[in-house]
Amino acid sequence: MSNPELTPDEIRQANRNRRRAKLLAIFFVLPLLGFIFVTFVAPIGTMLYRSFYHPTVSELVPETLAQLDKWSESSGELPPPDALNTFAVELKTLAKDRLSGKLAEEINRALPGSSSLIKSTARRVSRTDTAELQSRGNEILFDAHKKWQQVEVWRAIKKSGSVVTADFYLTALDLEHSPSGEIVQRGTQIYIDLYWKSLKIAFYITVLTAIIGFPLAWYLANAPTRVANTLMIFVLLPFWTSLLVRTTSWIALLQTNGVVNSTLMSLHIIDEPLEMLYTQFATVIAMTHILLPFMVLPLYSVMKGIDPSYFRAALSLGAKPIPAFVRIYMPMTVPGLSAGALLVFIISIGYYITPALVGGTEGQMISNIIAFHMQSSNNWELAAALGSLLLLLITLLYWLYDRLVGISNLKLG
Amino acid sequence: MKKQLLSLAAAVSVGLAANLAGAAELTAVSFGGAYGEAQQKHMIDPYMEKTGNKILFENYSGGVAELKAQVESGNVLWDVIDMEVIDLERACSEGLLEVFPQDQLPPGDDGTPAADDFSKEALANECGVGNIVWTVLYAYNHDTIQGGEPKSMNDFFDTKTFPGKRALRKRPQVNMEWALLADGVSKDEVYDLLATEEGQARAFAKLDTIKDEIVWFDSWSQAPQLLNDGGAVMVQSANGRFFAAIQQENKPFEMVWDGHVFDLDVWAIVKGTKNKDLAIDFVNFATGSKPLSGMPEVAYGPTRQSSYAYIDESVIPKLPSAHLDEGLKASSLFWADYGESLGEKFNEWLLK
Repeated sequence: MSNPELTPDEIRQANRNRRRAKLLAIFFVLPLLGFIFVTFVAPIGTMLYRSFYHPTVSELVPETLAQLDKWSESSGELPPPDALNTFAVELKTLAKDRLSGKLAEEINRALPGSSSLIKSTARRVSRTDTAELQSRGNEILFDAHKKWQQVEVWRAIKKSGSVVTADFYLTALDLEHSPSGEIVQRGTQIYIDLYWKSLKIAFYITVLTAIIGFPLAWYLANAPTRVANTLMIFVLLPFWTSLLVRTTSWIALLQTNGVVNSTLMSLHIIDEPLEMLYTQFATVIAMTHILLPFMVLPLYSVMKGIDPSYFRAALSLGAKPIPAFVRIYMPMTVPGLSAGALLVFIISIGYYITPALVGGTEGQMISNIIAFHMQSSNNWELAAALGSLLLLLITLLYWLYDRLVGISNLKLG
Repeated sequence: MKKQLLSLAAAVSVGLAANLAGAAELTAVSFGGAYGEAQQKHMIDPYMEKTGNKILFENYSGGVAELKAQVESGNVLWDVIDMEVIDLERACSEGLLEVFPQDQLPPGDDGTPAADDFSKEALANECGVGNIVWTVLYAYNHDTIQGGEPKSMNDFFDTKTFPGKRALRKRPQVNMEWALLADGVSKDEVYDLLATEEGQARAFAKLDTIKDEIVWFDSWSQAPQLLNDGGAVMVQSANGRFFAAIQQENKPFEMVWDGHVFDLDVWAIVKGTKNKDLAIDFVNFATGSKPLSGMPEVAYGPTRQSSYAYIDESVIPKLPSAHLDEGLKASSLFWADYGESLGEKFNEWLLK
């Protein structure tokens, strides 16, 4: 660092220059950093946050929850009358502010059927005097609906009231808390199967693109420049076409009376149309087509850089062509192959639009169910938990990849 | 984020346009398709002509997700929204909609006060005003059906007599009801039974009997296409979609009214809109006798009695209102309670 031949002044000057260069560099990447923060870090951060931080219910009925705190939900008895009275009063306030529906939706999530219970009771208590609710709110609740005498309802309210909760993650893993507090399997088993299926579909697509892409990239890398350039356009053409156009053209090809079926039938290869659209097969084949360039391009650029003399040397030293190819040429393509495989796998595991359009039910992936919870069921917290787990899964795979292949071996182009 | 930017841009441009034009401007959203065109023709255009106000008429695909996002982020871009009652219940009680002053609704053209003129269901929820009665039923194609002519819900589930694919919308709503109806449950008991574990298991068991023959779709607009190209021999959809295909494109489709599940659509006002008065004025106009009488063009029934004076006699038998006895009223209360849990069970069942 410090050079004995430099004067302190010169050292200061050098340091100042270095600092300025650093600042300038930061200044140049600042727009990019800002962009990444606004469009990537912040949304993903809020999503992760939403998956475990859930204050809605505790903001709606804070005092009831404070009283329920003292109540042991595994006792099998109803909460004390005071807690019930408080709840009746708070429900009245909510009904007046038109927020009782929000509470109903939240509690309904923990205990299906509670929505109408809370809404109808809210209408009832909103007509009752507050002083009366304070003194005998519990009787009014029981009178409004007999379900208020069930412990499960109060358990559901207490459960939904926790601000920091792992419940959404448990649901995303097909688990739940039993009344006695243990973690047990849920009655409905969906999400683990779907993660598993997404992994499988992504794996099939990766293998298929590798099988198709490898010979193609090899041919491209070794063909004369003019031929290679022409062929390259065919590889890149799908890249330049809209994703939706490519996916819908698969619909036209695969549907019951589509191009493939009518061709096969007119050739008398099959008698009845094959069912191809709205299957897992359709998802795999359409996504293989769409993601092929991501495999071919890294492979091509790596193969282009491999010196052909290695292969020739192996041959002239007596190796047979196939062993020479497998033992000399193939290992040199690993950086490209692994980059392509990683790209294809990670892109396909979270793919949404193609499975949604051509996958039917058996070709659905985890991203489709996340979209379902965002758009239809309005359970954004569960969607966030599912999304976070997907992110974790991908990070885990990336780490595994780094351990097995090494990230420094990656060559993208 | 991109959506937010876009909506920001939209908000800015809308604001600019409003300032430049000097006239009041309103954004209304509905479901598009033939239904949207009928609304454009009978509600939007006449209103703009009458008042000089401008209405941006946009499409959405139903549900409350977008509405919720707008209201909760405080970035309200829509003013008036056409909703299914099934969603209205939830949106209203969650505070996503303004309470509509139903006592201000103008009387019918024949002078009947609004409260008597509208059907009871049309004003049942304080956040909306009923607009049409529509229904979900199934239809078959005379060219592709084999084994005779299906007449009942039983026939839909009878794959022996009527071989071939059935197309259903991928959601538990209506399908669960149909399964129980076909299993011999009476209409009054369907929802009570569906609220129990046994009833749900029974419905899924019935759906299991045709599971291999079901083609699932996501939007009503896909349905006539499936029936037309032979993708399925019996297809579920909103009655208006089939009606349009039969009427305008002369498709050989036949609708089966047995067990149809009918519901209302309403106009409602988005919570926090800056144009509340104008929005109320528009809804008052759009649910008037004359504009509503245009809805039968797409086979949806008007919700007020005085509209029938304007309707061609020959159309009336084709409206859901002529077939109420054969049908079942969709229960928005039931689906508010069980929509989510049945949605999960339905997804699980699909993946099995």
